Amino acid sequence: MRDPVLLVEGLRAGYGKHEVLRGVSLRVGRGEKVVVMGPSGSGKSTLLKCIVRLVEPTAGRIMLDGDEVTSDHVDLRKVRAKTGFVFQQYNLFPHMTVLRNLTLPLEVVKKVPRKEVERRAMEILREFGLEEFAHRYPLQLSGGQQQRVAIARALLMDPVLLLLDEPTSALDPELRLEVLEMLIEVAKQGRSMLIVTHEIDFAKAAADRIVLMDDGVIVEEGEPAELLNNPKNERARRFLVEIEAGVKNLNASAQS
Amino acid sequence: MSDPLSFVLSIIPDLVGGLWVTLQISLSSFALGMALAVALLPLRVFAPPPFSAFARGYVELFRGTPLLVQLLLIYFGLPSLGIKLDAYSACVLAIGLNSAAYQCEILRSAVKGIPEIQFLAAESLGFSAAQTYRYVVLPQALRVAVPALVNELVTLIKESALASVIGVVELTRRGEYLVAYTFRALEVYAAVALIYLSVCALASQAAKHLEAKFRIPGYERVSA
Repeated sequence: MRDPVLLVEGLRAGYGKHEVLRGVSLRVGRGEKVVVMGPSGSGKSTLLKCIVRLVEPTAGRIMLDGDEVTSDHVDLRKVRAKTGFVFQQYNLFPHMTVLRNLTLPLEVVKKVPRKEVERRAMEILREFGLEEFAHRYPLQLSGGQQQRVAIARALLMDPVLLLLDEPTSALDPELRLEVLEMLIEVAKQGRSMLIVTHEIDFAKAAADRIVLMDDGVIVEEGEPAELLNNPKNERARRFLVEIEAGVKNLNASAQS
Repeated sequence: MSDPLSFVLSIIPDLVGGLWVTLQISLSSFALGMALAVALLPLRVFAPPPFSAFARGYVELFRGTPLLVQLLLIYFGLPSLGIKLDAYSACVLAIGLNSAAYQCEILRSAVKGIPEIQFLAAESLGFSAAQTYRYVVLPQALRVAVPALVNELVTLIKESALASVIGVVELTRRGEYLVAYTFRALEVYAAVALIYLSVCALASQAAKHLEAKFRIPGYERVSA
């Protein structure tokens, strides 16, 4: 088997005395799509942030595309430029147009000439049906449109791994769908993704593997069909029942 | 003796000459203040203790002492250290150093309004701290701070009258000269006050346009 794009071993992290990650080990192969699920407070988001050291791990080792992220000598900016991170909301810089939001990081961080960046940015906007927003400002767009632009910005950096932290949970039900469709499309292009989400539909359609977390550890992992239909762990089963119920409520409220 | 109105009209051209100097002093010291504030701000907000303490000390020193004392110190005090400035430069320096402290605090409160997630987003994209400041923090802070900054400029236009104390012939000093040889203090100082008032009113009016021009598009929808 080829080198994984991401290898996490015995990762621990916390805020103050409160330990949020209590020894997490995880592997994401090249081109693999891994969904992380778990109740709130289980450490999913912290795990994602540790991977690019937006949160400092207290123990453990992280290898990303051949770089040891947890090393003291690592070039963090290079590591971060290699990943694309999409947050729950307010990712975009509100004082720049959509196009500038896309071009600035490449221009500033990767030193690609402006003309070239603009060409590539327009290409990617067109690919995802976002070109009409190129000269608009983020706050003039809906939450779903903003999130799609944020994903496009992450893609433009051509990341070896796309990290998405609950990209749809801050959105109204009717806006989630357009973001999900885009994510499924991105997944089909074969890019490695690590995504924290409770979107069962995405997991079924695009994930190679689901990782279930609870209380700072991974309690179960497996292929979507197998894990979703027949979880072995009791806590995992209870959690899945809860989000299934949540999805039904959400759909009901979207229809009403 | 001419009637008050025609007297005031007759001295206006002379006063406008002084107004020109007043505007030069206030605009130059505002620019100096802004340049210093932009340099101080990251120390004040993001830097580790020794630097942030320096920036805080600076702000407290200049806000905690009278501008007039700062001006006298620079004009009459610095020569004992071998630094001799002409009255005009001393004035721009004193008001500029003083305004830097206020502008720094204006920008600081604007920075506080920027959501934390934007810093994370910039960091996650691989921006250095300096790039985050230059491309993300500063442009937003300046836009948000436009009304407060124009207000600061208006304050400087009025405070620049202190320059008259060390002999710079700006608007107020011109007035003093006119009083000295016409003895019509009421009309002269009323005319001087009126000129300050109209310039400041103009500036406040301009602020509204600037505010609209620099507002972050879509911002009003979110805050509404």
